[in-house]
Amino acid sequence: MSDVTLDASAANPEAAPRTAPVRSTGAMAWLRANLFSSWLNTALTLALAWLVVRFAIGFVDWAFINAIWSVPMQGTVPQTQICRDLEGAGACWAVIGEKHRFILFGTYPYEEHWRPLLVCGLFIGLYIFSAMRRFWTWVLVPVWAVTLTVIGILMWGGILGLSYVPQERWGGLPITLILSTFGLAFAFPLAILVALGRRSKLPAIKTLCVVYVELVRGVPLISLLFMASVMFPLFLPEGMNIDKLLRAQIAITLFAGAYLAEVVRAGLQTLPRGQYEAADALGLSYWQKTGFIILPQALRLVIPPLVNTFIGFFKDTSLVLIIGIFDLLTAGKTAIVEPAWQGFGIEVYVFVGAIYLVFCFAMSKYSQDLERDLNQHRRR
Amino acid sequence: MKALRLALTGAIAGAAMLAGPAMAQAPGSPTLDAIRARGTLVCGVNTGLAGFAQPDSQGVWRGFDVDYCRAVAVALWNDASKVRYVPTTAQNRFTALQSGEVDMLARNTTWTLSRDTSLGFDFPAISFFDGQGFMVKASAGVRTARDLNGATICVQPGTTTEQNLTDWARSNRIRFTPVVIERVEEAVGAYVAGRCDAYTTDVSGLAATRSAQPRPAEHQILPDVISKEPLAPAVRHGDQRFADLVKWIHFGLVGAEELGITAANVQQAAQSDARPDVQRMLGRSGELGQMLGVDNAWMVNIIRTLGNYGEIFERNLAPIGLQRGPNALWTNGGLQYAPPLR
Amino acid sequence: MSTSTADPRQNSAGPPRRPIRLSWSDERLRGIVWQLLVVGVVLAIAWWLWSNTVHNLEVRRIATGFGFLDREAGLPIGEALIPYEPTDTYFRALLVGVLNTLKVAVVGVVLATILGTLVGIARLSHNWLLSKIAGFYVELIRDLPLLLQLLFWYTILQSLPGPRQALNPVDGVFLSNRGLLLPFIEWMPAHNWALLALVAGFIGTLMTARALRARQYADGQPRKIWPAAVTLMAGLPLLVWAALGAPFTPDVPALRGFNFQGGLIMTPEYFALLLGLVTYTAGFIAEIVRAGILAVNQGQWEAAQALGLRRGDILKRIVLPQALRVIVPPMTSQYLNLTKNSSLAVAVGYQDIVSIANTTLNQTGQAIEGIAIIMLVYLTISLSISLFMNWYNARIALVER
Repeated sequence: MSDVTLDASAANPEAAPRTAPVRSTGAMAWLRANLFSSWLNTALTLALAWLVVRFAIGFVDWAFINAIWSVPMQGTVPQTQICRDLEGAGACWAVIGEKHRFILFGTYPYEEHWRPLLVCGLFIGLYIFSAMRRFWTWVLVPVWAVTLTVIGILMWGGILGLSYVPQERWGGLPITLILSTFGLAFAFPLAILVALGRRSKLPAIKTLCVVYVELVRGVPLISLLFMASVMFPLFLPEGMNIDKLLRAQIAITLFAGAYLAEVVRAGLQTLPRGQYEAADALGLSYWQKTGFIILPQALRLVIPPLVNTFIGFFKDTSLVLIIGIFDLLTAGKTAIVEPAWQGFGIEVYVFVGAIYLVFCFAMSKYSQDLERDLNQHRRR
Repeated sequence: MKALRLALTGAIAGAAMLAGPAMAQAPGSPTLDAIRARGTLVCGVNTGLAGFAQPDSQGVWRGFDVDYCRAVAVALWNDASKVRYVPTTAQNRFTALQSGEVDMLARNTTWTLSRDTSLGFDFPAISFFDGQGFMVKASAGVRTARDLNGATICVQPGTTTEQNLTDWARSNRIRFTPVVIERVEEAVGAYVAGRCDAYTTDVSGLAATRSAQPRPAEHQILPDVISKEPLAPAVRHGDQRFADLVKWIHFGLVGAEELGITAANVQQAAQSDARPDVQRMLGRSGELGQMLGVDNAWMVNIIRTLGNYGEIFERNLAPIGLQRGPNALWTNGGLQYAPPLR
Repeated sequence: MSTSTADPRQNSAGPPRRPIRLSWSDERLRGIVWQLLVVGVVLAIAWWLWSNTVHNLEVRRIATGFGFLDREAGLPIGEALIPYEPTDTYFRALLVGVLNTLKVAVVGVVLATILGTLVGIARLSHNWLLSKIAGFYVELIRDLPLLLQLLFWYTILQSLPGPRQALNPVDGVFLSNRGLLLPFIEWMPAHNWALLALVAGFIGTLMTARALRARQYADGQPRKIWPAAVTLMAGLPLLVWAALGAPFTPDVPALRGFNFQGGLIMTPEYFALLLGLVTYTAGFIAEIVRAGILAVNQGQWEAAQALGLRRGDILKRIVLPQALRVIVPPMTSQYLNLTKNSSLAVAVGYQDIVSIANTTLNQTGQAIEGIAIIMLVYLTISLSISLFMNWYNARIALVER
């Protein structure tokens, strides 16, 4: 290129001076390729950037610059007038400062709040432990059993010097975690049985499983929760009654069981036929074949969709609001019943939403990474 | 825990023996037996209604209805903390009581004939006289409820409120657009935001909502009251002894206010007040408590812990802006009237 | 394994039947015993629950049966597709509820599909900012409970100005916290006929397009479809309307008394529910669409580019038709989810079937019947969507060799 000179272009008018080739590396090149590759793209980029900036400035103004972080107290009555004078220009985070413990732990005895806090920690620990692939063995079963028992002991108390706390007083985040995690723990064995039943050669069992799965998947969770709330008590003999949380837990477990059964069934179907035939050829019984050959392989395959289903349950537990159980969302809404704090719904929703977001985002990121990893070694 | 329960059972058994013939003749009370065996009262309350039942920032239930639960616990054990509160929604409150999940409902429930008979409940006494009304923005230029023709009205579903509204509209030939919202906070929010021209619920609820607004003067409660809403605790039909206990706790609270006995002076009155009706109520003479199957010092304990009816009202409902109105004592022109405790 | 019985070859060539031996080692005997056992247990539990229920209903004096359907409902309903008064029966009230559910589900499915597809494509866009925003949207929407989102939208819609200060961007269009009002025309029979003509025109357009495509396959010349489409879908209805006297009385909403009268109204409750359902479901559909597009072989893109097609055309004519096969089955479950999620209407005050059945069971005390009605309605809707989508899936799958 160095020999292309000015006079050469004069000699040959068609060989006009060429601009340097477009750089294909570096920040400018990246911008050009990804943001400003055409007029249309440039316009789009500018419009979107303007919107993003407008929105971000508005949010920062509301959430930080104009926000009020605490309000003066007059006796036991908080003076929220300064918040109301903002008229929506800024957030009133004082409501979170005052109510965060109620939102997180509900009506649990105030001085015992370390127990639900520890329970939340245990749940998170349990999730992290289960997420590590080197523990994907049968060791998970005793770990889950022990952790869930410890959680039960911590929440109820009544032994080891812990004071007894009846279930009605539980609330907030532990309820959300309990409903979704216990739901998964109990629904999982049920789901495996139903999935196996649905692939069974025995017509009666197969029909039962199909009816159960399709029935539950055909109706909304709300209707099952209503059933748990107003119909279950009619099913039981006189004088026997199950408390409300347990009834909701049963409804969620039955609901989760049907969805998980389909996830597990998908895993069973992707296993190559050869695995079944080889197991048969070894003369293994049905349960030996299932327990030693089929399930260990099939369950590994379904872990990413399993995590996604779990995220779904985690969010769906918020529906217990409708039947008056104090989960995270209900506690948040109840916190703003008090006259002084009425009308600060958005702040509470943002707070509660952020908690859901942290849990769900972590899980969904994990499941995406896992899927990529699992697919990597399967791709040849 | 177990030792405590044993001690308690022993104490109760002792009390029962002391009670003597009056107790022996009375029919058994499955509810009271269950409550005593359990050691706590299970009380169905609202999921959150300012002034009546709502957990505070520490998660402790407070409110007018909650105090009725606590009064029963005090009468039984002289310990207001022996109550478990089960939050119930408008839908599942009746199922909860029918199935025995709760011992009693203290959940601003309107006493109606069908609930008393076909649902199988008893309403021992009216703890709060209420009525349904409307709240509108003062700027709307509405003077009476009849001006609401063509308006949009916010109402909560599944309660007597909704049916009263329909009945009222029909008998006054008024057309309205309903906005039916399940939870109180959203219904109020919708009204305040201007989604509805009027919000209808019990007058007590309206007053509470109005006082919670940043500028209460902007809202106006219309003078019309379109229904009677006698709010009462509810117990299962067929357990007369437990119903009696709840009934006379209410009358005791009202009676104490009539006699001027308050949390501050009850101790002294119990020892030195010479009026015979005071002596009977506070257990210095007669055995009123034992006739109900509780300790004779029941009213002393209740009033010392919670105060009389007037004090309970002042503590819970005055802060949300409620006047005594029909709930004043009959001597002050109200409807609260206690039959004699003798 | 389970499919082996369904395979006709195996059945005909199967081992000769031998009598069942009364021994645990006989597989068929084991099967029968297992089935008897399981069915027995299930039946025993069902009988136990049933007898408890009957006993409880008797003790608590709760009425049974669907006799209440003929009684007067007395419950007010804000918006109904068919005329309704509180003096009507419970049956009619429930029917209004079913129609309201369908109204939000059908519109929601259509809008969520459109929005979801757009976002899914945007995530694959070459514009970095656009694809990041789409990715952020999908992640955020999928990680928050729908109930929370609905409450949020409803709060936002309520903060619109009141009816007297309504936003009035164009004459006759009002946006306030009473909803969105649009001018409409007073509906006459002639309009029904025009509508019918529009449907006929649409079918005619489809048939013309088919015929044109057949001719394109024959001689390779692309032909324009739009002249025929305009004639059939705009001209024909106009002609019918004009032939019937061209009735036209505009019905412009106006503030009278408390509320707007006239025009078409979209209430904030319906709007909040629709907005929540559409944005939520679109987040999931976007992922399905993206996965579907990525599943199409890269070679298809390259071949199409080599033919000189533009990016939009490649997407429309080459990639999407192939991606559909991957997309449709998971899409079915999203449609089902949207329909089932519409039951959250009760939280934002939209009176769908759950809300009305709930009030009904509250007023009558008949919980079993009320919940049975809810479940029956949803099962019917779910089954219909499944059947339709299976039919559609079978249709597009035929393209495969």
